[in-house]
Amino acid sequence: MKTAKLTKSASQAHKPRVMGKRKVTAGVMAVLGSALASGCISVNAPNEPIVIELNINITQEVIYRLAGDVQQNIEANPEIF
Amino acid sequence: MAGISSRSLKTLLGGMLAVGLVLPSPAVAQRDPAYEAARQAGQVGEKMDGYLGVVGSQSGAIEAMVSDLNIKRRANYAERAQAQRATLQEYAFTQGCILIARTQPGEKYQAPDGSWQTRGSGPPQRDPRCP
Repeated sequence: MKTAKLTKSASQAHKPRVMGKRKVTAGVMAVLGSALASGCISVNAPNEPIVIELNINITQEVIYRLAGDVQQNIEANPEIF
Repeated sequence: MAGISSRSLKTLLGGMLAVGLVLPSPAVAQRDPAYEAARQAGQVGEKMDGYLGVVGSQSGAIEAMVSDLNIKRRANYAERAQAQRATLQEYAFTQGCILIARTQPGEKYQAPDGSWQTRGSGPPQRDPRCP
């Protein structure tokens, strides 16, 4: 694009460079704005309850001791298992 | 001809007997049909702690059923644990190990990481302490 030349070779009253700067500033503002908008921390409550491991103190020894009774329990009360 | 028909009759009788013996098989036959259906549909699953869990969001009827069964399980565990001189948690956890091992393919169970898994043809993912 050709820029219009002034008939009198004096400094331009309006410099297009300023326009560019403003454009950049506007752009930066827009980016910042959107970044701020999307940067909001949203906290969503989980649907599932938080499971806290409470079984760490149960020893394998106890589990093996109880396993036989547990099997009998299933056969004795099949309706709840 | 007569031999074939008598043999087929025997097979038929044998088959009927077998069906008669197999149908009232333990556990599965004595579960409430609604509970059995919910298990097969993967709407409820066996948790590591020995209780049932609702998988995802299900109807109020299913939630109420799970809650009811868990209350019954808890009472049962408390009684059994006392007889075995174990804690309620120890007994319930052991029961969870066995119940997860007994799940049928397609049913849901809780893996050690807490996630719901669908039982496949292979063994389920269980706590390393499980027998």
